[in-house]
Amino acid sequence: MSGGHHLLPGTTLRQRTADAVANDRLRTNVARAVDRFSTHRVAGLAELDDADGLRRAARAAKQQVLADLPALLEQFADNVLALGGQVCWAPTAADARRYIVDVVARHGATRVAKSKSMATEEIDLNTALEAAGAEVTETDLGEWIIQLAGETPSHIIAPALHRDRHQIKDLFVDTVAAPLDLGTEPTELVRFARRRLRDVFLAAEVGITGANIAVAETGSIVLVTNEGNGRLVTALPRVHVAVLGMERLAADWAQADLLLALLARSATGQRLSSYTSVVTGVRGETELDGPDELHVVILDNGRSDLLAGEYHEMLGCIRCGACLNVCPVYRQTGGHAYGWVYPGPMGAVLTPLLAADQPEAAELAGASTLCGACMDACPVQIPLQDLLLSLRRRKAEHAGRTERAAWKAWSAAWSDPRRYRASTKAATWTRWATSLAGRLPVGRDWAQGRTLPRPAGERFRDRWKAGL
Amino acid sequence: MDVSLLITCVVDVVAPDVAEAAVKLLRAAGCEVRVNLDQTCCGQPGWNAGFAEDAAAVARATLDALEADLDAGAEAIVVPAGSCATMVRIFWPELFEVVGDHEAAARARRVGEHTRELTEFLASRAGELPPLRLGRPVTMALHESCHMLRELRVTEAPRALADSVGGCETVTWSGSDRCCGFGGTFSVKLPEASVAMADEKLRALAAAEPPPEMLVGCDTSCLLHLQSRAEAVGNDIPVRHLAEVLAAALPPEEGPT
Repeated sequence: MSGGHHLLPGTTLRQRTADAVANDRLRTNVARAVDRFSTHRVAGLAELDDADGLRRAARAAKQQVLADLPALLEQFADNVLALGGQVCWAPTAADARRYIVDVVARHGATRVAKSKSMATEEIDLNTALEAAGAEVTETDLGEWIIQLAGETPSHIIAPALHRDRHQIKDLFVDTVAAPLDLGTEPTELVRFARRRLRDVFLAAEVGITGANIAVAETGSIVLVTNEGNGRLVTALPRVHVAVLGMERLAADWAQADLLLALLARSATGQRLSSYTSVVTGVRGETELDGPDELHVVILDNGRSDLLAGEYHEMLGCIRCGACLNVCPVYRQTGGHAYGWVYPGPMGAVLTPLLAADQPEAAELAGASTLCGACMDACPVQIPLQDLLLSLRRRKAEHAGRTERAAWKAWSAAWSDPRRYRASTKAATWTRWATSLAGRLPVGRDWAQGRTLPRPAGERFRDRWKAGL
Repeated sequence: MDVSLLITCVVDVVAPDVAEAAVKLLRAAGCEVRVNLDQTCCGQPGWNAGFAEDAAAVARATLDALEADLDAGAEAIVVPAGSCATMVRIFWPELFEVVGDHEAAARARRVGEHTRELTEFLASRAGELPPLRLGRPVTMALHESCHMLRELRVTEAPRALADSVGGCETVTWSGSDRCCGFGGTFSVKLPEASVAMADEKLRALAAAEPPPEMLVGCDTSCLLHLQSRAEAVGNDIPVRHLAEVLAAALPPEEGPT
């Protein structure tokens, strides 16, 4: 909960969304990408006999895991230890960072290779490692792109989706001396990146990953990637550090199988991602690959506080990104407008909860029209809209005097039929609208690019009374 | 059948023609219509903004009015707005529970069970409706509003009713089921994003084939939002509630003058 990634300082959600929607290229890139993901998701789920049945089962499984979480975490940690690994229980982002910086320093490592991990974004790990003198390279292509651009991920599974291939080519030329005649075909860009990253894998002394699923019964970590970089990061460096959000547990392989059946399909429409890698303990005596040292950092960072409360269902999130891809707001703004680590509907819920120490985080619950598309897409049926409504109620408790007074005035007028009738007379309405437009931001903000609705002059109730 | 009309505040003040059209249609479908003028608003604006106590006070006034109509013999409550129907049917019980008014929550459940969105109700009585025909054929684009689709799960009724009008055609257009960007206070809290969402709808509308002559829907609030944006950018596509189109397609003798 403390000392993690910070919201973009000195900005408001409104400023950030306004900046994003003013960028036509960004909106085009985001819309193209999310449309492709969504189309594939629908097709991928349609292959299943009973996708909704599977979603219900996955939800039930996640809820069971959350109910048993302390015991499952103990079981998982015991198994990791028995397999020669080491476990760090990290209550905060700072604890996790400190532990990982220590591991790197203890090995005198200067080169760190990472595979994509939102948990490491959450704890702002790269900044800490770089401050300690290590050279950190992201090896997921999208993550590498945004690392070169000095950006944060704009999507939880496709971190660079806001950039098109022409922008990526220019970035490679500007930042890593790619030849000017490098083509803009994806295959050419990938070939260039692969050559560069190959050296990173071979030279890295420490590999850092997240964990899509941790399986308690065997102490295994499952990594879902499409580029195989997760596999190289866990196979080549002598030391592997995995950062695990503490809720990402499955009790057993049956549950892991259930979640895997939905994860890739919901993300990209794939039956399985190109690589589903399983890391179980350190390299065994008869094994050729794998780390000599394995550290699993179990990250709390505010999650325990959610476990017992009304927001516990959010811990069922499997980070597939489906809610981002169907969100009509995300579609216009991309991920950076949300200002923290997690964007889209899941981010609008998680940010006020996990970044609760930052007062600006609360307004994220407003980044939704409550259209419900996210709930329909969520593979584990998290009631995102209900959680957003609840967060808005929590925020309203701390509302400013003006906003509170406006709602009180509305409530006082419209909770009584006579006062409703008085307040909706055409003359009154016009006076209201004028004064609203002049004094309160409500009218002014509506008038940003929209005409003001005009009262009809004669209300329906007047017509009814006159006889219809 | 004896039905009570929940006018909705937006229709009452800004679009009374919609409620008048609803009354004509309900009568044409063999219903007797009552309107309890003690109703005000469903409370949705406050509920969505997080001000549950204020919303509950408003909703209670309308709950009292609708419950009185049920007590007086109304067999259904019909709402010419998917989003207000959703508020009554789905969110009222939760709203009253949240503010600790369990008695109102129980009454709200009873009212909710009898509440139907207008096209949902009309489709269930399609057999009672006379043949619908417009004098001049119209090509319409249907905006499928969020609460209709994803809360009430009323997906077929609006299109079926629109398609039942002789001379009418509904076009398929990209993103017809995507949010218009209104979202209550969202439209004024994040106006730039809200307008961008409306713009994408309007662009998709302009690209639809065949070109629609009219935008129709079942939620006046969404339609007002799209119309307000269209007007501001000089797009003069007519925007109508589906009830207005259907009422205009009633045989002349069926509609009271």
